[in-house]
Amino acid sequence: MSQSLSVYQLAAVPLAPLVGAVLAGVLGTQFGGNHLGRKASHTLTILGVLVAFILSVHTLISVVQDGARYNETLYTWMVVGGLKMEIGFLVDGLTAMMMCVVTFVSLMVHIYTIGYMEEDEGYNRFFAYISLFTFSMLMLVMSNNLLQLFFGWEAVGLVSYLLIGFWYNKPSAVFANMKAFLVNRVGDFGFILGIGLIVAYTGSLNYTEVFAKSQELSTLVFPGTQWMLITPICICLFIGAMGKSAQFPLHVWLPDSMEGPTPISALIHAATMVTAGIFMVARMSPLFELSDVALSFVLVIGAITALFMGFLGIIQNDIKRVVAYSTLSQLGYMTVALGASAYSVAVFHLMTHAFFKALLFLAAGSVIMGVHHNQDIRWMGGLRKYMPVTWITFLLGSLALIGTPLFSGFYSKDSIIEAVAESHLPGAGLAYFAVLAGVFVTAFYSFRLYFLVFHGKERFDQNPEAHHGDAHHDDGHGHHGDHGHAHVPHESPAVVWLPLVLLAIPSVLIGYFTIEPMLFGEFFKDAIWVDHAKHHAMTGLAEIFHGPWAMALHGLSTAPFWLALAGVATSYYMYMVNPALPAAIKRGVMPLFTLLENKYYLDWFNENVLSRGARVLGTGLWKGGDQAVIDGGLVNGAWHLVARIAGGVRKVQTGFLYHYALVMILGIFVLLTYFVWLK
Amino acid sequence: MTLTLGHFLSLGAMLFALSVVGIFLNRRNLIVLLMAIELMLLAVNTNFVAISYFLNDMQGQMFVFFILTVAAAEAAIGLAILVLLFRNKSSISVDELNTLKG
Repeated sequence: MSQSLSVYQLAAVPLAPLVGAVLAGVLGTQFGGNHLGRKASHTLTILGVLVAFILSVHTLISVVQDGARYNETLYTWMVVGGLKMEIGFLVDGLTAMMMCVVTFVSLMVHIYTIGYMEEDEGYNRFFAYISLFTFSMLMLVMSNNLLQLFFGWEAVGLVSYLLIGFWYNKPSAVFANMKAFLVNRVGDFGFILGIGLIVAYTGSLNYTEVFAKSQELSTLVFPGTQWMLITPICICLFIGAMGKSAQFPLHVWLPDSMEGPTPISALIHAATMVTAGIFMVARMSPLFELSDVALSFVLVIGAITALFMGFLGIIQNDIKRVVAYSTLSQLGYMTVALGASAYSVAVFHLMTHAFFKALLFLAAGSVIMGVHHNQDIRWMGGLRKYMPVTWITFLLGSLALIGTPLFSGFYSKDSIIEAVAESHLPGAGLAYFAVLAGVFVTAFYSFRLYFLVFHGKERFDQNPEAHHGDAHHDDGHGHHGDHGHAHVPHESPAVVWLPLVLLAIPSVLIGYFTIEPMLFGEFFKDAIWVDHAKHHAMTGLAEIFHGPWAMALHGLSTAPFWLALAGVATSYYMYMVNPALPAAIKRGVMPLFTLLENKYYLDWFNENVLSRGARVLGTGLWKGGDQAVIDGGLVNGAWHLVARIAGGVRKVQTGFLYHYALVMILGIFVLLTYFVWLK
Repeated sequence: MTLTLGHFLSLGAMLFALSVVGIFLNRRNLIVLLMAIELMLLAVNTNFVAISYFLNDMQGQMFVFFILTVAAAEAAIGLAILVLLFRNKSSISVDELNTLKG
């Protein structure tokens, strides 16, 4: 099995960032006495991630060239009633690819952070968190059992919570991290129920053992009913994925998570953590393949997310939020691919998306720095003159996102659309329409953002809020020193644009080179299992695929390309040629606009119905159950009863001798009567 | 008229009833209470002696001596307590002694 993959090499991949995180987090902060300076902290953490990246690449090369695999348990944590809880690694194509994506994006973000967080007080803490995140994410993807997967799952959630609330004295950030944590709890509840069901019916947490019993699982039904057991298992697992991967209706935390610093928006909330759900479903493909109902559910949820979250991106004015809604929409695409049984396509899109979305976020961060912590795109414009590197890389990222032929996003997104067209599950028609319409929407909001930021009139000196100081739009890290000439944008330092360039390269190229081995080759052959007889999306895709070049050429004549072009053209017309038009349209469709402005009232619903309902229920139980029944009835009731009885009895205790004497004598009479006459 | 056992037992019962009434009709003086108790014991003694004579059994009269001795000791202790009570409370009125009231 494990030719040329040594356990030390694999163990070093997650442990190196952990060591960096612990050193920077303990010794570099006040917690451990500030022994490490900024330079030492970032050097150590970057070194840790660099080691992890190099080893991951080496692992990937062994996996691809020698077909090396690793699937062993390293340590048994405990055995409870025959259920083994273990730590172990499973390395195959899927894991190796995820390891490389995670460590590469993480490395880029680490480097970028040197520039972005330069003036922040929590510099060392930030590095410790992102290294800790890298460790958690690697534990998640490398796991060979459900328990370790769940550990990684929760650990990335925790670090996400810590990082969204990184500026903990900002109330909106604290609100956002609570929201993220709570919404994720809902998803995790489903996830752990799914794991519990698997354990209950297979008696194992290990992937290999669970999958070995998958055929047995598929025949089981709920006791006393005709319901297939596999369907609730898969739906519960997918609810976990909905929380983590921000699928409708558990997506509400992701846009708010943009309160965190931009590097983590790129790393956690775009490239890696939010794709954990996609990864998990792909990993669980042998189970999901057994339930058509669950796949339909996945398909419909993905379709709703892909299209409707895209609409929200159109009306946002905060640069990061536009990209955040675009992330939601792209996650919806991946979910649709999962639902169409095209797991490898979903993972392929996950990879390409990780690169171009991390690029877009980091470029957005660079823009935010360049315009002095203004995030509102209405007060940008014409930045291409001032920030050439950011401009070019952002443009490349956007082109990849909308699926321009030859760019990485084209290959993955077109494959998704084709895969959905091949799917015959209930809901596939809706999904096909959603992903197709989504292409137009994606192109429209991406280029709306692009034109507003980099082209058109320079509006950055008209921001009504900017003159009151940077504090309102301050992305947290203090004020720049150059207030004398503060409002001219500037290009970011090399440490910021270098990661942009390095991310732009795979964003453009990786699809062309990897589509063939990943989708149609042997790369995922033992990681992802598809029931080809029932779900023929992948076989259908393979039939029409004649190489990446042919696919790009063919792409020029298909609907998605023309829809994307139409989206770009529309946004060009609306924001470059005729800037008065959007306002006119907005007035024309005010109710629709209000609906979008309020995000379909989901936040309103959550706050006023769910959380208020929970509060009313809680208050009711508190007042009625706890205070009235338990406190009033049982606790206080007990002593009230005793006091009342005692209050009656004490009246007998007059304290007068002659009363006692009388009672004694009466007692004697009673006893005598009883013993003498009655007995 | 000859004295029969019935006469003596009636005397004992009357004495006992008198003392019982004395115990719970007395509202003023603890000494009266003590005296009533003594009277009660004497009623018992009368019964003992009468029945002992009637049955020709000396054990009853022997018990009377014991009871008299214990009654004397009890009276001594009772009076001593009474003296202490008076020192503390400046009163021996039964009506005022109700500190045991619940």
